[in-house]
Amino acid sequence: MQPILQIQGVSKFYEAHQALNQVSFDVPKGSIFGLLGPNGAGKTSLIRIITQITAPDEGRVFFEGQPLQPQHVQQIGYLPEERGLYKKMKVGEQLVYLARLRGMEKADAVQRIKVWAERLNLKEWLTKNVEDLSKGMQQKVQFIATVLHEPKLLILDEPFSGFDPVNANIIRDEILKLREQGCTVIFSTHRMESVEQMCDYIVMINQSQKVLEGSVREVKSRYTSHTYQVEGTGKLMITSPDFKVLSQKQHGNHFQAQVQLEPQVGPNQLLRYLIERVEVQHFQEEVPSIHDIFVQTVTEE
Amino acid sequence: MDKIWLVFQREYLVRVRKKSFIVMTILGPLLMALVMIVPIWLATMSDDTKIVQVLDESGYLKGKLTSTEELKFVNVAGTLEEAKASYLKSEDAALLYIPKIDLEKPQGIQLFSQKSTSLAMKGSLEKQVRQELEEVKFANSGIDQQVLDKIKTPISIRTVNLSAEGEKSSDVAVTTGVGFIGAFLIYLFIFIYGAQIMRGVIEEKTSRILEVMVSSVKPFQLMAGKIMGIAAVGLTQFLLWIILTSAISGGVAARFDLKRFSDAQINQTMQGMENDRDALQAQEIHEVVSAAQNLNVPLLVGSFLFYFLGGYLLYGALFGAVGAAVDSETDSQQFMLPITVPLILSFIVAQTIIVKNPNGPVAFWMSMIPFTSPVVMMLRLPFGVPGWEMALSMLLLVLGFIGTIWVAARIYRVGILMYGKKVNYRELSKWLFYKG
Repeated sequence: MQPILQIQGVSKFYEAHQALNQVSFDVPKGSIFGLLGPNGAGKTSLIRIITQITAPDEGRVFFEGQPLQPQHVQQIGYLPEERGLYKKMKVGEQLVYLARLRGMEKADAVQRIKVWAERLNLKEWLTKNVEDLSKGMQQKVQFIATVLHEPKLLILDEPFSGFDPVNANIIRDEILKLREQGCTVIFSTHRMESVEQMCDYIVMINQSQKVLEGSVREVKSRYTSHTYQVEGTGKLMITSPDFKVLSQKQHGNHFQAQVQLEPQVGPNQLLRYLIERVEVQHFQEEVPSIHDIFVQTVTEE
Repeated sequence: MDKIWLVFQREYLVRVRKKSFIVMTILGPLLMALVMIVPIWLATMSDDTKIVQVLDESGYLKGKLTSTEELKFVNVAGTLEEAKASYLKSEDAALLYIPKIDLEKPQGIQLFSQKSTSLAMKGSLEKQVRQELEEVKFANSGIDQQVLDKIKTPISIRTVNLSAEGEKSSDVAVTTGVGFIGAFLIYLFIFIYGAQIMRGVIEEKTSRILEVMVSSVKPFQLMAGKIMGIAAVGLTQFLLWIILTSAISGGVAARFDLKRFSDAQINQTMQGMENDRDALQAQEIHEVVSAAQNLNVPLLVGSFLFYFLGGYLLYGALFGAVGAAVDSETDSQQFMLPITVPLILSFIVAQTIIVKNPNGPVAFWMSMIPFTSPVVMMLRLPFGVPGWEMALSMLLLVLGFIGTIWVAARIYRVGILMYGKKVNYRELSKWLFYKG
């Protein structure tokens, strides 16, 4: 299947520094795609290129196979990190205005605003001024404004900042629902637990360059340290050169250990070795979290 | 184009529906009407009649001083000391003392008062005493007052503009007045609504809506829609003011019958003469009317609209750029100065040099430079400006606003996405050459 977005060799220079250096990746259709990186890595520059706020100095971007063009704006929904609303404008009018700027007809917009307001419990607020709303409610309004025109590609920059846990869950569920309906989501955040929870693919940018790319599972397996948590009864004594014991605790007849395999050795070999000597109650691979991978990648650079 | 129209609608509707707009629209004409009516009303409230005691030892003025609404003369007798003593006991305004005087060299006339006398009262007394003494002198010299009246010759020069097409009466006061009103309106409009553009952009920046906006609208469309929307707000307000002001002042004038009075007042001041001369007055009014009729009204209105919009667009774009470059209104001062200086300068120069010499070199150059031409040209127009100068000035203004809009759009495009950065002129000039 054709990727919804292809980014090919994109560079962006500012006067004093280079914001992006030959960044390339594809965003598969229907996925939730995590765009990760520390502050100042160039994420916002990249997002601004995709949303056509700025243009790349080098490289090309394709939307559904076509070079990015102004009319593609109508297929993209963008929730920036620095976001706000016109304070002195009524919520409903503001949503209609933003929708019409994205090419929607007024009647359609009004219709869909009603549906969304119902879904997010904003109905009685549509006639209020934005400044009368709480911050969380304003965030909901911004979210509606982003998705109202049913974009094929949704770009969310820190979508959960400013939400309480309850509302964050509501928004998360809505994002997942949109994905089910075929929407592709690019998700830029520092919250690694939500990346772990939601993303299918990730790309990591550090110091203007792409440093990591792939599906979440793939990336994790790449960063695996071949280490296993083992628990059981008996006295554990590992003497084989195939296994390296990183830590071990013995409480009477109960043991707990962290064992690393040598590169060419598989987990079954460890199990076999253990079964002959002790009774195994717990055997689990230590999988690195995205958080660990993030920290490791950034500090390595 | 659709998007500019959408932005235009929003900018217009949001402002027009604001409470402050409605309040200002109603209060504006009330204030203006107040400014016009209050002085007239105050003038109609004649002060209390002031009583002036007159001690005339010369005998020239006995019963001659005529009491008016403001001043009432009462003759007193006795010596100066007695008169002074009795005056102190009274509550009268003043005591006028005329000693025995030499008609050729009248000296020693004094005015005693408990409070300081006003200049107007002193003037009025001096005038009356002088007239009476002159009359006595006329009588003594054998010159008949009637003969003298005949000799007095009022002169009023009728000014005529002579050109190949024929003669046209002109009136310097009318011409200057018309030009000045046009120039002032342009100046006022640019200042009030230019600042609104700037504030609008700053508001969008501080409310962080801009990044959402520019992902669906081009910065230029946003700027253009905003500038035009605010212009429409201004024009609406001006129009409402004109309608309401004329309605209110018309209504009030009719009710209190102030109109007759104020007309009389105006005529009086225009005359500035001691005696009414109906023929002359009629002549002068005729001059004013015919001068007004001789103004090329379609040309004036047409070029007013042109310079009005041209000047507004030129300055509006710059105000928008300043708004984009700063984070808050307090930071805007350093960039406001170079914008406001040519505007203020043109208005000051307009009042002095250009009124004195509407076709001189200063006037010429200032009406060519796009930053000053809207105000200056309005002032020169009623005096008649050669066609080629007019065309050149208009062309330069159009080029000028295209240029400033280009500059402003570039600053705007970069500026609106910059937060928390103190910007200086060097930085701004770099923004001009940033790539898309």
